[in-house]
Amino acid sequence: MHPAFSVIFLTTLIGVGQGVFLALFTGQSYSALELLPVQDSSRFYGNGAIIALVFLIGGLVASFFHLGRPERAWRAATQWRTSWLSREVIALPIMMFFVFVYGAMQHFGWDVTLFTRANGANLQLTLVIATLGMLATFALFICTGMIYACLKFLQEWYTPLTVINYTLLGTASGFVLTTAFASHSAPELMRFYGIWSTIIIVGALITRSASLIRNGRIKAKSTIQTALGVRHNKIQQKAMGFMGGSVNTRDFFHHASLLFMKRMKWIFLVLVFPVPILLLWVGMANNNTGILLAAFVVQYLGLIAERWFFFAQANHPQNLYYQTV
Amino acid sequence: MTQLALVIDLNVCVGCHACVTSCKEWNTSGPAGFMTDENPYGKDPTGTFFNRVQTYEIGEFPNTETLHFPKSCLHCEDPPCVPVCPTGASYKRESDGIVLVDYDKCIGCRYCSWACPYGAREIDETQKVMKKCTLCVDRIYDQALPESERKPACVLACPTSARLFGDVHDSESAVSAVIREEGGYQLMPEWGTKPANHYLPRRKTRMHIHADELQRADNPLNKEQRGPRAPVDEPTLDDSTSW
Repeated sequence: MHPAFSVIFLTTLIGVGQGVFLALFTGQSYSALELLPVQDSSRFYGNGAIIALVFLIGGLVASFFHLGRPERAWRAATQWRTSWLSREVIALPIMMFFVFVYGAMQHFGWDVTLFTRANGANLQLTLVIATLGMLATFALFICTGMIYACLKFLQEWYTPLTVINYTLLGTASGFVLTTAFASHSAPELMRFYGIWSTIIIVGALITRSASLIRNGRIKAKSTIQTALGVRHNKIQQKAMGFMGGSVNTRDFFHHASLLFMKRMKWIFLVLVFPVPILLLWVGMANNNTGILLAAFVVQYLGLIAERWFFFAQANHPQNLYYQTV
Repeated sequence: MTQLALVIDLNVCVGCHACVTSCKEWNTSGPAGFMTDENPYGKDPTGTFFNRVQTYEIGEFPNTETLHFPKSCLHCEDPPCVPVCPTGASYKRESDGIVLVDYDKCIGCRYCSWACPYGAREIDETQKVMKKCTLCVDRIYDQALPESERKPACVLACPTSARLFGDVHDSESAVSAVIREEGGYQLMPEWGTKPANHYLPRRKTRMHIHADELQRADNPLNKEQRGPRAPVDEPTLDDSTSW
């Protein structure tokens, strides 16, 4: 498939936004259970929600560049009964709504204590909103991943690992950014987020490697014999009927060399997993927000490469009909 | 229930591209059009076509055969492009099974073209909506055309009658008969899309000549006894007379 940068930016940006929100939810729920100290609502949770919202809106804006007719984009929500893309178009605004409400409540301090436990821990309304937002976040991860994972002809994508990878990679990038943010706004939580970021990155490494191994072993179900219905072992395309290219030749192939593909694979494996972990621990040891931010930036660039590779690796069966000019 | 479709006879297709050009000509000014043409007389012409013909070589030199392979939307009975469309622009008609695109709803997200394993759906680079073969739905129901011309433009244009049009669910129709009798098959059956367009395989007509057919084994006019002999010094009329 041809990697479209609009979709690469869409999925990586909303992944960061979703991960940041999950990190805020984790922090606040741990605080409610008194496992972590409670943070200043406006400074940490409020600004954190703003960061998450900025990334979510950025992703939404990027997605419009993928549409031929963006003015009709509202119609994309109508077929939620059958289409995962339609469900994502509904889940994204719902999640953004919860993030916005949560952020507004935290920023302006409009919180309501719903009940108080004997030892002083409270259930805040913001935590309830955050829980709903957390559920919407996971729903959005599932919808985004399933857009690709439901296409059974694209055998490289047709696996639950696609959804798991989207979830873990997005969450990891968000947690790394939150670690950097915490070192600035909530230093007591920095180690907490750093440790969780590392755990999630390691988990994502395992699942992404699993999908790479699986994709390396795929045996294509479609062959030139099934595509033409001719039973002969040696069939070679001589012409595709036109020489100037078409949507079929532009949209379904990455047009890069095999060497470039291999390099991208190693680039993303290095930039997404070991380098950010290293920078995280160096940054935490030195309490340096700059290094922690560098960890996020490096990982984000690696995620762009990872998403590019994810798209480029998928082999569409229609390519069997378009092999020789 | 009716399922209109095409049957493409690979045995007689010569790869002339008449179906490609007639389809483009008919649709570019109709409700399914326009069909973008970029650099039509220039260096790398490209554009929107509903029907394309590919050419393959089967076998290894010197035992090779050429296969010309026209392909347009196969109007699948279980079309994968329909459930993935987020706006509902892609739909399959209940009445005749034709899969169509509503240009007013399409947002050009290309998800349906990802979902089609045959590569039958194209985004029109100018109008920015997805377009595909409509099975000439504007021709087949047009009462202003004579009955014999209410067929897709490609079917009428084919000089070798390699394209046939009819209802593949009606077992009495000509297309169903030819599928049954000539071994018509579907493309990429492993994906379960159940395409309605069928292809007829190439067939070789072979003649086996036995050695004794080259030489007459018996003379049908030869009776048990020898026939009357003609006088030796007169010319004979060989086997055609008995005297």
